[in-house]
Amino acid sequence: MGMCAYAVLAERKICSYIQGRVGPNRTRLPLIGDVPILGDFLTGLGLFQPAADGLKFLFKEEITPGHVKLGYYYLAPIIALTPALTTMVVLPFGRYIDDAGVVHPLALANLDVGFLFILAISSLGVYGIVLAGWASNSKYPFLGAIRSSAQMISYELALGVSILPVFMWAAAPGSDYGMSLFGVVQSQETLWLIIWQPLSALIFLVAIFAETNRLPFDMAESETDLVGGFHTEYGAFKFGIFFVAEYAHIIMGSAIFVLLFVGGWHFLPGLPDPWPAGITGAILSALWFLAKVGVMVFFFIWIRWTLPRFRYDQVMTLGWKILLPLAVGNLVFNTLLIALIDVL
Amino acid sequence: MADLLFYLFAAITLISALAMVLLPNAVNGAMCMIVSFLGTAALFVLLDAYFLAILQVLVYAGAVMVLFLFIIMLLNVDEEAPRAKPAKLSIFAALSGFTILSVLVVSLFNNPSALPEPPVIEVAENPLGPSAANGIPFTTSAKSFGYSLFTKYMLPFQVTGFLLLAAMVGVIVVSKRMTETTVKTEQSD
Repeated sequence: MGMCAYAVLAERKICSYIQGRVGPNRTRLPLIGDVPILGDFLTGLGLFQPAADGLKFLFKEEITPGHVKLGYYYLAPIIALTPALTTMVVLPFGRYIDDAGVVHPLALANLDVGFLFILAISSLGVYGIVLAGWASNSKYPFLGAIRSSAQMISYELALGVSILPVFMWAAAPGSDYGMSLFGVVQSQETLWLIIWQPLSALIFLVAIFAETNRLPFDMAESETDLVGGFHTEYGAFKFGIFFVAEYAHIIMGSAIFVLLFVGGWHFLPGLPDPWPAGITGAILSALWFLAKVGVMVFFFIWIRWTLPRFRYDQVMTLGWKILLPLAVGNLVFNTLLIALIDVL
Repeated sequence: MADLLFYLFAAITLISALAMVLLPNAVNGAMCMIVSFLGTAALFVLLDAYFLAILQVLVYAGAVMVLFLFIIMLLNVDEEAPRAKPAKLSIFAALSGFTILSVLVVSLFNNPSALPEPPVIEVAENPLGPSAANGIPFTTSAKSFGYSLFTKYMLPFQVTGFLLLAAMVGVIVVSKRMTETTVKTEQSD
């Protein structure tokens, strides 16, 4: 949650930098802001802005339009946020080597089908958008909801198929990791998967952008033709929840990409990890993982402020006619390759 | 604890399934169906079948029901006409069905030894060796699903795949009637 607030700040700062502006630099907390040099510096960075934003959402007047379907209207933001936060449970964010030299993942729950769990739970997130659009009972949100459900179904396919080669390589015979995210990261100790599975990585990245409703694909919002999209009728804190959910999805997407393709907490391709065993090494590996996630979040924001939005039919064409055949072709190619290696 | 959770999720599943049938509003029905699927998935988790539970959520709650909601909203069927009263015949059918069911249940609980002993199904050999740890001849890991699908159950697996393919081709043929205009537009694309 805290990371979400600061991701919003990062978004505003980076977008203003890209557009040649300064971004938020006025908010000042009483005590820390009064420290001579440090206070001015932090204020200039806008580090206190998220607190002000959050309070603003809390204290705004809650307006409920008269024409909405009440139950679902209140339920929708909750459904949007819950899956995004639930998926964090299975993310391994570091590793711990105990005295016997055994590597343990740092994760709340290390399921052997961790990646499928993330796919399953995040596919529930679309109900938040669909219900919000439907419960608002007016035209723009409704169009946003219809678009978003169509888009989610289309890109989920490409997402799932693009990732299969990764697991086929990672779960080689003899390893008993199955589809766990920890196993995938451990298999990238020497070589990051993005280097020798670039096509999978590309398809996965595009599909993740579509699944998180980020800008080249934000059909559900697209403020130029749908006003605000699915959250047009929402205000104050309920809009705040949608907003936080969007950034939680971005952070989740970046974290999954880092785990699957950029080596998780491993240092650099080809180099052994410099982290020592024990607690220090565990903390260092977790920090390195967080740094990589930060870079990916920056990438998400960067794309958003540099690329224009696709037209709706272009989104559908890209999903069904380009990404899905590419992903299937990639899968068949890798299967043949593995079979060939087995024969030789 | 596990017992309590079982009763909780079983109750959620049954109540939402009942509500799905009885509620007049189509969107309410769809939402109840999702809750019912999630309850079933929770029951699978209680059985340690994580893989099945996740597939249940992924396929039914995540994909199929999104399509259902999509269609319901697109056709806008929520303002439905009030239902006609059930016909006498269907009331009679429901009553007799319920009677037979209750007779069966009562006789089952009074004399459980009368039930035939179900034979132990021989599943394919566990790729990780027999797991004495959990006392069952197979594991619930995703790997053992794949292993038995591609060894012992290869034929049913392929037949199912072929059936699905046939259904898919059928859907495309039925939904995409070639008329003069569609042929023309496709050629111009």
